[in-house]
Amino acid sequence: MIEILSETALATVQDAGRFGALQWGVGTSGAMDRLALAGGNLLLGNDEGSAAIEVPVFPFSLRFEQDCSFALTGADCTARLDGHALLPWWVHEAVAGQTLLLGLPAPGPHQAARAYVCVSGGIDVPAVLGSRSTQLRGAFGGYQGRALRRGDRLPVGAKGTRFGREGIGLLPPALAMPLQRDAIPAVRVLPAAEYSRYTPQSRHAFWNDLWKISPQSDRYGYRLSGTSLIPEAAIELRSHGIVPGVIQVPPGGQPIIQMCDAQPSGGYPKIGTVIEADLWRLGQSPLGSSIRFIEVNWTEALMAEEQNTAWLAQARRLIGLQRSQAGSG
Amino acid sequence: MTVPFVSLLGTGAMLFEAPGDTTLATQQRIWALALLVADWPEVREAVPGMNNLMLGFAGTPRDPGLLEARLQAAWHATVPLPLEGRLVELPVVYGGDGGPHMADVVAHTGLGVDEIVALHSAPDYPVYALGSHPGYCYLGGMDLRIATPRRKTPVVRIPGGAVSIGGAQTGVSASDGPSGWNTIGRTSMRFFDPERSPPALLRPGDSIRFLVEKVIR
Repeated sequence: MIEILSETALATVQDAGRFGALQWGVGTSGAMDRLALAGGNLLLGNDEGSAAIEVPVFPFSLRFEQDCSFALTGADCTARLDGHALLPWWVHEAVAGQTLLLGLPAPGPHQAARAYVCVSGGIDVPAVLGSRSTQLRGAFGGYQGRALRRGDRLPVGAKGTRFGREGIGLLPPALAMPLQRDAIPAVRVLPAAEYSRYTPQSRHAFWNDLWKISPQSDRYGYRLSGTSLIPEAAIELRSHGIVPGVIQVPPGGQPIIQMCDAQPSGGYPKIGTVIEADLWRLGQSPLGSSIRFIEVNWTEALMAEEQNTAWLAQARRLIGLQRSQAGSG
Repeated sequence: MTVPFVSLLGTGAMLFEAPGDTTLATQQRIWALALLVADWPEVREAVPGMNNLMLGFAGTPRDPGLLEARLQAAWHATVPLPLEGRLVELPVVYGGDGGPHMADVVAHTGLGVDEIVALHSAPDYPVYALGSHPGYCYLGGMDLRIATPRRKTPVVRIPGGAVSIGGAQTGVSASDGPSGWNTIGRTSMRFFDPERSPPALLRPGDSIRFLVEKVIR
């Protein structure tokens, strides 16, 4: 078991997401940074989609009630285990009774927003409709369908046959695949159905202006502030399916990027969609920070996806190599 | 729009929009198309909306144009699939604290509260699709005289049971959450239980009838 020591931190249990339930109105949820989740699980020898604790507010602390291998991925938040400094993107061993403290994410050009505490065996809450992710709107999945509170005790799954091993680390994707434009973090976007119905000035602003992620942003959506985006004529659509990454523009003109807890359908006009391969970058963008949008075509979007796939393949290869060397040594 | 319109939702999904006015006959063809394409290997999930269909990709297609062409051909071959379902009656308290945006519907439509309530509670609304949040139903058949545009900025939290109008559609929130629609009343009904199979109370083909429990002016 793991006991949560922080009072209210908006931390949740998340896995790779809940798929196949859109027909009942159930969105996917899941980790906002899937690469960090996959990386942490790979380090531990877990399935890449095993459930972990996603931490968006710091400081955050928990106590291990059992001996446990764990990995910290996502934001580098000057973590300490009983006061001893820990490396991010690295496997560590806790013994029963030790306290893990995550501090504020390190400032700088790679400051990230969310840390993942992955444990060997995964966080073993019951799967609901095929996933352990927390469905906040539906109040199910994760730990009792809600964000974690002080005193919650999370079960840890049985270790697999491939143990995590202390002393293995990964190069974070933010360092391996940086993406900026004019020194501002950027994400790649495919124009969406209503793009051409916006004024030329609005389209120009969309690609060229800075977009600030407002403090009202959360796992449901990132509310951006910047130039108001105005259609040539009012657009009223019939409700239709949407996915995380879709950038809706309510009539007020300030866009909202749909994130992992977004509703699976909507009717506001869509000016663009952040490609799936860059959703982890958004997931790590701090509230109050600014981003830029880079227009891409389908081929460029596929290349971005291949870059992520290559990072994961390299991580698997490195970890497999270190494990086999350790096994034979 | 006279021909179907297909667009990309990034690299994860594709949206098919049927042409013409929103009708039950078109929705029956959408249901038929959803059943068909759900078996395609490129499709992870086929999700009906209001006279439209979203295809979630099983993997990112190399050439989405091929999938689009196949989808267009399949649409032309579909015939309406009538789904028969249950009629569920929901008592509604219109206006007051439970209907904070009634005044906006009055202002937009130029109708009085009683007229709006009468027009809203008259039809049996067929469930076209589920979406938005767990157990939520998109309904067809609302009288266009009470159509009211979605709000300029979404409301951060409206309660479960809220009866609302968004554009030419109406619906009932199944749980607390954000919404861009105009809330005109309140009802109480449990629409979703993850322990139940299927977890949603209603499904496409069922119908909802709103009963006027009370009108607060």
